[in-house]
Amino acid sequence: MAKSAMDCVKLARDAKRPHLKDFIDLICSDFEELHGDRLVNDDRGLVGGFATIRAGEKASEKDVKVLILGHNKGTTVEENMTSNFGMANPDGYRKAMRLAKLAEKFHLPVVTFVDTPGAYPGKEAEERGQAEAIAKSLEFFSRLRTPVVVVVTGEGGSGGALAIAVGDRILMMENAVYSVISPEGCAGILWRDGAKAPEAAEALKITAPDLLKLGAIDEVVKEPAGGAQKNHKAAANAVRKAVLAALKDLAKIPVDELIERRYEKIRSYGNFH
Amino acid sequence: MSWFEAKAEKAKIPPAKALWAICPKCKSHFEKAVWKKNGGICPKCNYHGRLSARERIAQIADEGTFSEVFRAVTYSDHLEFHDATGPYKEKVEATIAKTGETESIVMGTAKIGGHDAMLGVMDFAFMGGSLGTGTGERIARACEQAIAERRPLVLFSASGGARMHEGILSLMQMAKTSAAIAKLKEAGLPYISVLTDPTTGGVSASYAMLGDINVTEPRALIGFAGRRVIENTIHQKLPDDFQSAEYLESHGFIDRIVERKDLKAFIAKMLWYWGF
Repeated sequence: MAKSAMDCVKLARDAKRPHLKDFIDLICSDFEELHGDRLVNDDRGLVGGFATIRAGEKASEKDVKVLILGHNKGTTVEENMTSNFGMANPDGYRKAMRLAKLAEKFHLPVVTFVDTPGAYPGKEAEERGQAEAIAKSLEFFSRLRTPVVVVVTGEGGSGGALAIAVGDRILMMENAVYSVISPEGCAGILWRDGAKAPEAAEALKITAPDLLKLGAIDEVVKEPAGGAQKNHKAAANAVRKAVLAALKDLAKIPVDELIERRYEKIRSYGNFH
Repeated sequence: MSWFEAKAEKAKIPPAKALWAICPKCKSHFEKAVWKKNGGICPKCNYHGRLSARERIAQIADEGTFSEVFRAVTYSDHLEFHDATGPYKEKVEATIAKTGETESIVMGTAKIGGHDAMLGVMDFAFMGGSLGTGTGERIARACEQAIAERRPLVLFSASGGARMHEGILSLMQMAKTSAAIAKLKEAGLPYISVLTDPTTGGVSASYAMLGDINVTEPRALIGFAGRRVIENTIHQKLPDDFQSAEYLESHGFIDRIVERKDLKAFIAKMLWYWGF
């Protein structure tokens, strides 16, 4: 039987699925995390730093220096207590912009890993401008003068995901989901019954193949049989190859043309022209 | 008749909806005529009630100067979305028939206090002012026209957020509008964002918060996540004024709270300062 949208939601949320730190461990030969937004805080829901992506199985001269940004979903309860289940505060988005500006300055590409239920809905998050931080992030990444490759690896939860998902090439893992609202949230509003989430998930078209058809993403990254949680190494390797191929293509494009093309891509969402 | 009977008798009289207006903020009752005479503003608590896009345009644009554009750019049903109560297409068509609008934002060129501008006003009555692909497209086109004609951009927001019936493509309008505004700003043109009651979710988290100046009206609701969602997450009750215009201003995200009667003059003044 074919997988339903809700099956994908379950796979995307599977605690055993590879998360940001697994991807970094498996595809990078090093990672130098950098902390803080220089304003109030170091958000743990969204982390970033410079990293070297391995070109092959072993470290070599062909390895690629990048800036990695990603939602920091944990596997255990303890990890998630610190990382807030990968839900970023405004400080996280402001840190992401600060680090991406550094990458731009030193001509390094940015690779983002998207995996969040959404931006954190908290009191302090609102007081420190969650809406403003996301809005600024969208504006900022649309004009960043260095290549940006996005990988949706798990849950692409609405604005909190999109804030680090504006880029030149949008990749999405086969069993990841990406949606304007959670299926439960949508079912609660439009079906007036959260239990109708499977229907909402279907109607919202949130799976990678559906999003590819709608033009919201550019490429689906295949996962090992049964899903990425069954074989982290194979899943990470497929992501590594897809990211490297995208970076290689983008490196050829002069930066003025790169941001003009990025604008045209963002401009075309909804296909009015 | 004893006093309690008299009270019961009085309570039986149904509040005539046609005659009474109830302030959604302070729950005070007023005769509709009083409410209307006061410009949709609560005489007791100064809450600035919602206006239709056309009412707002009449207050902001110089008389006879508003010329609507992009009316043919409307919703699209890429998902062929269907929920428990029926197809999206039927709902949105009913909204079009009811409101006479074809999207949740009305866009046009106008003069504001003598200054040429691109003026867009959202209408909360159009599917909760939700951001659909048509809304995003109108805003992106407005930015491009503003750049081509060297016009400042003025947008009035009133929205519950993204339009979930249009799925991921409604989310992508947050990126699209923000990218178009980034270009407008790069071209050296000003953008004044007026966040009216309510401006929340994906609209506050995109173009509404990106104004060179962000302006609002007294007691407007402005925020990202809904109050109930936050209360359920943090297991605490939030202060009454949470996410109010006044709260946002004191936390540094709003340049100025302006009374409705002063709004047009304030916008014109800013454009004058900036040489437009």
